Amino acid sequence: MNKTDVMNKADVMKKADVMKKAIYPILVGLLVVAAPFLMDAFRLNLLAKYLCFAIVALGIGLAWGQGGMLTLGQGVFFGLGGYSMAMYLKLQEGGLPDFMVWSGVEKLPALWTPFANPVFALATAILGPMLLATLLGLLVFRQRVRGAYFAILTQALAAALVILLVGQQGLTGGTNGMTNFYDLFAWDLAEDSTQRGLYFVVAVVLALLYLGARQLVRSRYGRLLVAVRDGEDRVRFLGYDPATVKTVTFAISAGMAGLAGALFVPVVGIISPALLGVVPSLELVVAVAVGGRYALAGAVLGAVVMGYAKTAFSEQFADGWLYLQGALFILVMTLAPKGIMGVIKRARTA
Amino acid sequence: MEAFVNQLPIGLSIGAVLLLIALGLTFTFGQMGVINMAHGEFIMAGAYTAFLLPGLFVPSLVVAFFVAGAMGLVLERLAIRHFYGRPLDTLLLTWGVSLVLQQLARDLFGAPNVQVKAPDWLAGGIGILPYNRLFIMGLAIASVVGVWLYLVRTKHGRRMRAVMQNRRLAATSGIDTGRVDMLTFFIGSGLAGIAGVALTLVGPVGPSLGTYYIVDAFLVVVAGGLGQLRGAVLAAAGLGLLNSYAEFWSDASLAKVIVFAAVIAFLQFRPQGLFTVRSRALS
Repeated sequence: MNKTDVMNKADVMKKADVMKKAIYPILVGLLVVAAPFLMDAFRLNLLAKYLCFAIVALGIGLAWGQGGMLTLGQGVFFGLGGYSMAMYLKLQEGGLPDFMVWSGVEKLPALWTPFANPVFALATAILGPMLLATLLGLLVFRQRVRGAYFAILTQALAAALVILLVGQQGLTGGTNGMTNFYDLFAWDLAEDSTQRGLYFVVAVVLALLYLGARQLVRSRYGRLLVAVRDGEDRVRFLGYDPATVKTVTFAISAGMAGLAGALFVPVVGIISPALLGVVPSLELVVAVAVGGRYALAGAVLGAVVMGYAKTAFSEQFADGWLYLQGALFILVMTLAPKGIMGVIKRARTA
Repeated sequence: MEAFVNQLPIGLSIGAVLLLIALGLTFTFGQMGVINMAHGEFIMAGAYTAFLLPGLFVPSLVVAFFVAGAMGLVLERLAIRHFYGRPLDTLLLTWGVSLVLQQLARDLFGAPNVQVKAPDWLAGGIGILPYNRLFIMGLAIASVVGVWLYLVRTKHGRRMRAVMQNRRLAATSGIDTGRVDMLTFFIGSGLAGIAGVALTLVGPVGPSLGTYYIVDAFLVVVAGGLGQLRGAVLAAAGLGLLNSYAEFWSDASLAKVIVFAAVIAFLQFRPQGLFTVRSRALS
């Protein structure tokens, strides 16, 4: 066998590999485009909702799977995004928001006024969470607070935010949150066509963020991030600053969650403290674990699969879901810590 | 000034409850690196034990200790011991367990809260100090003294400290670390059961009772330092007081945010918590 033969063989292998690798993205892309024609408006709306969660999950996959930062407070960032968007939608109707009238607020609070501007609202939805995450990240990571400590702190933040939102009834709508949104940029939110459009927007945003995140992971920065996950002190000895690396990733994942929240509100039509507390935040982390935390695709897959599982099972037997969900975590954590993606990978290589 | 004095027993009794809960957590976390989210459900189990034994308040403290302790033991043996060295995974695993236990409580006792009748001798109080809150503080102090005696005076306690300081070295010296882990988990979970009984004195009992306290109790552990008795006592008292005064001076909804900010600020000076075991190990 001469040298060119070997080269050709390698080339052929590469081509087959590329083909093989391209199959899944193409398949997923086709499914996403075909979905509106395959399901009714209700199911499509559900899918759009799961895709919103998938955006948050992508951020968790980045921070936890790649960076080793177990964040149990993504609901906080999701909520900031969601509430910013909801405030804009409420102000667009003109007049005082309905819940303010009910709780006896007479004048629009100053905090609310800038949210009449859609650009401001959307920017706040993304930049607000990023800013908060940066602040928290710098304060925490610089002091080398990490691992379980970090997880506990993020969880405490989620718990605190929920209590704050519930307590400030006149500003936030309290326990009920905000609902009854009618228009988004003059499109009627009750129309099927608007919802179909929103679905595509969410899908495209998710796809772009996924590609961006994948590019990030494959870059030099991504390698540094994984290195920080696997041996923070060693990275420090090499002259890098792990705190900065982690803070940047944490901020990106927070921005994703914020954007997801902003998309979630027009899709689902409600934002309330129950959607962003300790439990929903943890549920998404578990979804990422089920899908496979070490692969970004696993995070997305997990969010969609768990979303469907939750809806399907709670439709059938309401109480059974909690047992099933609990049992599922226990099984996944004990038997398949790398999640669905881990199982697929093992099946492929075996 | 009067308000300040009035808030004091409330803050201290919140601290006492947090301490009872955090005592178990700080040792399971410090010794085994396990973040046990199901700890809150052991509190709930203790509270329901008191509910099932009406009129037997003091015996229910003992029974609750063993009920919750046994639950912890089963959890440790069946699941957690396979997860040592993976703290973040234990968090998710035990959260699954906590979901199942909450639903189980809902199916067994119903979703609405139940009330446990406090014994008559705890009615009333001395001046601004209600007896029930005094009793909770006394219970916390007794538990701390008990744990301290156990740690420094018994051979099991000595082994526990050895494992906490250096697991491998302890194992090499002939200590059966698996047994020590079991015992630690049993005692830690049992203390949660006692905390549950104490909670019946100040509020109703429901399936999600534990979730209200678990986050704050973990903050106590973080602020006090892992596996540190002194740290847990001081941090619990501090957070309890801060909670009650923040609620009083601002409003209830801002209190948790203030507490959170205070903990973050505190970690700027003491990232490892109040007290730490000094070691030359890097991480």
